Amino acid sequence: MSLSATTAPPSNVTPPGSEPPRRRGHLLNRLDLKYSPYLYIAPFFLIFGIFGLYPMLRTAWMSLHDWDMIGDNSFIGLDNYVALVKDDYFWNALFNTFGIFALSTIPQLLLALFLANLLNSTLLRAKTFFRLAIFIPNVVSVAAVAIVFGMLFQREFGLINWLLSFVGVDNIDWDGQRWSSWTAIATMVNWRWVGYNTLILLAGMQAIPKDLYEAASIDGAGPWRQFWQITVPMVRPTLIFVVILSTIGGMQLFTEPLLFANGSILGGNQREFQTLAMYMYEKGIENLNTAGYGAAVAWAIFLIIALMSLLNFLLVRRSAK
Amino acid sequence: MTSASRRLWRTSPLTYIALVLAALLSIYPFYYMIVIGTRSLDSINDVPPPLTPGGAFGDNFGRVLDNDAANFLTGLMNSVIVSSVVTLSVVLTGSLAGFAFAKLRFRGRNILLLMIVITMMIPTQLGLIPLWGMMQTLDWYGTLYAVTVPFLVSAFGVFMMRQYASQAISDELIEAGRVDGASTFRIYWNIVLPALRPAAAVLGLLTFMETWNSFLWPYAILTPENPTLQVSLSFLSYAYYTDYSQVFAATAVGTLPLVLVFILFGRQIIGGIMEGAVKS
Repeated sequence: MSLSATTAPPSNVTPPGSEPPRRRGHLLNRLDLKYSPYLYIAPFFLIFGIFGLYPMLRTAWMSLHDWDMIGDNSFIGLDNYVALVKDDYFWNALFNTFGIFALSTIPQLLLALFLANLLNSTLLRAKTFFRLAIFIPNVVSVAAVAIVFGMLFQREFGLINWLLSFVGVDNIDWDGQRWSSWTAIATMVNWRWVGYNTLILLAGMQAIPKDLYEAASIDGAGPWRQFWQITVPMVRPTLIFVVILSTIGGMQLFTEPLLFANGSILGGNQREFQTLAMYMYEKGIENLNTAGYGAAVAWAIFLIIALMSLLNFLLVRRSAK
Repeated sequence: MTSASRRLWRTSPLTYIALVLAALLSIYPFYYMIVIGTRSLDSINDVPPPLTPGGAFGDNFGRVLDNDAANFLTGLMNSVIVSSVVTLSVVLTGSLAGFAFAKLRFRGRNILLLMIVITMMIPTQLGLIPLWGMMQTLDWYGTLYAVTVPFLVSAFGVFMMRQYASQAISDELIEAGRVDGASTFRIYWNIVLPALRPAAAVLGLLTFMETWNSFLWPYAILTPENPTLQVSLSFLSYAYYTDYSQVFAATAVGTLPLVLVFILFGRQIIGGIMEGAVKS
């Protein structure tokens, strides 16, 4: 039902004596109804258009040029992308990004699924406390997290090496090698995001009808079976959502590895933990004369995200049949 | 409840053990930050590591303030300004547009809304390099305009407010306003905005946290002379990587406001996040 139809009657019943001012009010009223909605949505489209959409399109345009921020630029077609495919540093960054992504996303989601399942039991006490406590890491800024974990993962006096010494592990030079730096960075990511994912999955679990569990229980299914055969399949749409969110975050990882490298954009001496986002920054912002190439890296990241999201979507859908 | 279902839902002690462990692990690094930030530099390398806060916070924080490389106070002030302005704007523009999309009829409404939903899926990093160039052209490099203006609106904000407005506000309520002769804007201001308050609060909290914590863009566009808090922290940690007492005192001060906000409004924040998850 349209609003303009329902607002018409009041103006019809106005007494004839007060015609001129009413008519003017009527016109204003109609203009208001017809055009003011555009005024209300205008701020979004204006600001987003200038500072969001335009730069994104311009990234595509720049990526087709030998672009120099100082002013020099010439059209070179797909040359940047061809160079990208042959660029060892790009593949290295891709490899690192995927490695850290795997080390963070898989344990993160399993842990979140497990914790959400625990928090979902109806007779649990202190629910709110546990939810708040588990979510707190997400409130702490990435920069703070990276700084604190940077110290925990220190070689000489770090708490983690100290704890490991009890099980007979020698001091690990966490930022010196690929596997160790990946592990340290993935730990920061996991710490920050497990709670968030737990809450999202918990929300999905609470939408599952309780009588499903009761029926399964009467049929003799234990908690473990109920988890795998009721909870996990029923929470699948939420799981897809969470996986896609983690993919987007994982492919854009920047702050943790940057601060772990004490601000070096290269990510370790041998670039052993330089991520795609760091490589984009190196090419597009730190080196102004390769801005076009940086733009190509940005589009590559976007395409990888789109591809990964699609792949995740299909995989999760298929695996659950 | 039947006895069978009671048995089914009883919580085992193992559940509590696992949850308490998860809670401890979640809180510990934050607690550790406070421990180190309140202890003198030489007690940090103690074995075993210190477990309780000390009394050296004033001393440590004094060194933060004396540290010219980081401009901590400027960063703190800047973060307060930028986060407040962005939050206020995102809530106002989001509720205004959300109201229009939920309750007003206009040509192109559906396609425009679809555009907003699509833009939510594009990562902002995609526009980073040209945006950096634009800021040079506008002469906004190193200024707060650069970290404020592009974030005054949010697609997520518009979408969230629309979802809430279409549920929480009845058409009759708006018609009643019209019958009384109120203009659309008056209806928004006097009827819609108060009704949207719960959702606006959640959006405001989420926006504030996100802006306060954002790093990549401020890091790219601001200078050490005029940083936001997170940028200031990063410079502090590069230059004085051995002085962890100083760095952690600063990190704790920078994190505390958000943790306080979280302790006060945590239920609403969590409620908002969980609700958003179910709807999407």
